Amino acid sequence: MKYVNEYRDPELGKKLLERIRRNSRKHIRLMEFCGGHTVAIFKHGLRQLLPSNIEMLSGPGCPVCVTASMDLDRAIAMAKLPDVIITSFGDMVRVPGSRSSLQKAKAEGADVRIVYSAQDALKMAKENPDKAIIFIGIGFETTAPTIAASILQAEQEEIKNYFVLSLHKTCPPIMKAILDLGEVKLDGIICPGHVSAVIGSRPYQFLADDYQIACAVSGFEPVDILLAVDSLVEQIESGQPKVEITYRRGVKEGGNPAALKLMDAVFEVGSADWRGIGVVPESGLQIRKRYEGFDAAKRFDIKVSTAKEPKGCICGAVLRGVSTPLECKLFRRLCTPENPIGPCMVSSEGSCATYYQYGEGSGR
Amino acid sequence: MCLAIPALIKSIEGQQAVADIEGVTREISLQLTPEAKVGDYVLLHTGYAIGVIDAEEAEETLKLLREMTEAG
Repeated sequence: MKYVNEYRDPELGKKLLERIRRNSRKHIRLMEFCGGHTVAIFKHGLRQLLPSNIEMLSGPGCPVCVTASMDLDRAIAMAKLPDVIITSFGDMVRVPGSRSSLQKAKAEGADVRIVYSAQDALKMAKENPDKAIIFIGIGFETTAPTIAASILQAEQEEIKNYFVLSLHKTCPPIMKAILDLGEVKLDGIICPGHVSAVIGSRPYQFLADDYQIACAVSGFEPVDILLAVDSLVEQIESGQPKVEITYRRGVKEGGNPAALKLMDAVFEVGSADWRGIGVVPESGLQIRKRYEGFDAAKRFDIKVSTAKEPKGCICGAVLRGVSTPLECKLFRRLCTPENPIGPCMVSSEGSCATYYQYGEGSGR
Repeated sequence: MCLAIPALIKSIEGQQAVADIEGVTREISLQLTPEAKVGDYVLLHTGYAIGVIDAEEAEETLKLLREMTEAG
């Protein structure tokens, strides 16, 4: 595939690794924020290939994983309403809420359907005018503009039975929240490539200016990731943290103005509840009053009782970069991809699922 | 979840396009990339193009990579 294969060239990767080994002297700790990066790093064995003075941590960049139990409980309660079809991206249906999951609700008779795109949910709304189609809107700034586009399309085509439960979250505020918690000390961050395709690189500038953290906005192929690590090493060794885009074919400093405009038209910034972290101000996207006719949270007044986290699950600490899945007593024993207890084992890009499939402790 | 893959635009009709993803064709939305043209590669995420791939920058990056790794 063009724009993919070139960045999988083993020779280039080997030479970049040699260069990183030569230039990297300090013991440094880097976090890859995005779950897609975590998967790529493990899949290509980059943690083992990088020199031992470069420590890699995984961050909270898995939208399925960070969806709070209480938000999931609301989605499950909505699934049980009459004449409702719940639509959702795949992994979400298996994530356990406090007492159930969307998958269990489906087994008990609720109409829960997996879609690939918000466009599929819109189509379903047109085909089922007697039903309310509720789309469970999860995802970061990569996905939020697509949901905004679907709401605008629904308005334009006068589709009145399409609703979105917006659980969208934004990346820069959670990076700040994790740093302010003070539990992990980082020297550099591999910033999410496709979030940045939308928001650009400027929203990370505070990390370099206020926290002296080196930043590289990276693509998802192994050479892309090594190029980002190379940039971070250079920034850290020279003591000059900045924000560098190493994924230049996909990311512009100012992001995608059309996508930002649509996102801003439909959503406004509000607080969001993050699993393992709690409510973080200004880290979520809520549907503006102008579009409240499409807001599932307004249309369906659902009250849920206090949420419960699965007993013994340390997903929260894993998402904050404080613990690794190997420190969890449930990992591989009681919690597996077939029988996940926590969300980080459900999503294919969750840290626990990635460790299970590719990483240490996989037994492979 | 934020997975996006390169897709080649084959034809455009309004805000919809037909794109080729390694031999598989499907309809995608260009609502977020009104500047996309036939022959462009876009980053495809959940049925929507979220950005146009910059062919020149891609070349530049490869050139830079070669220089970096040759210079050592």
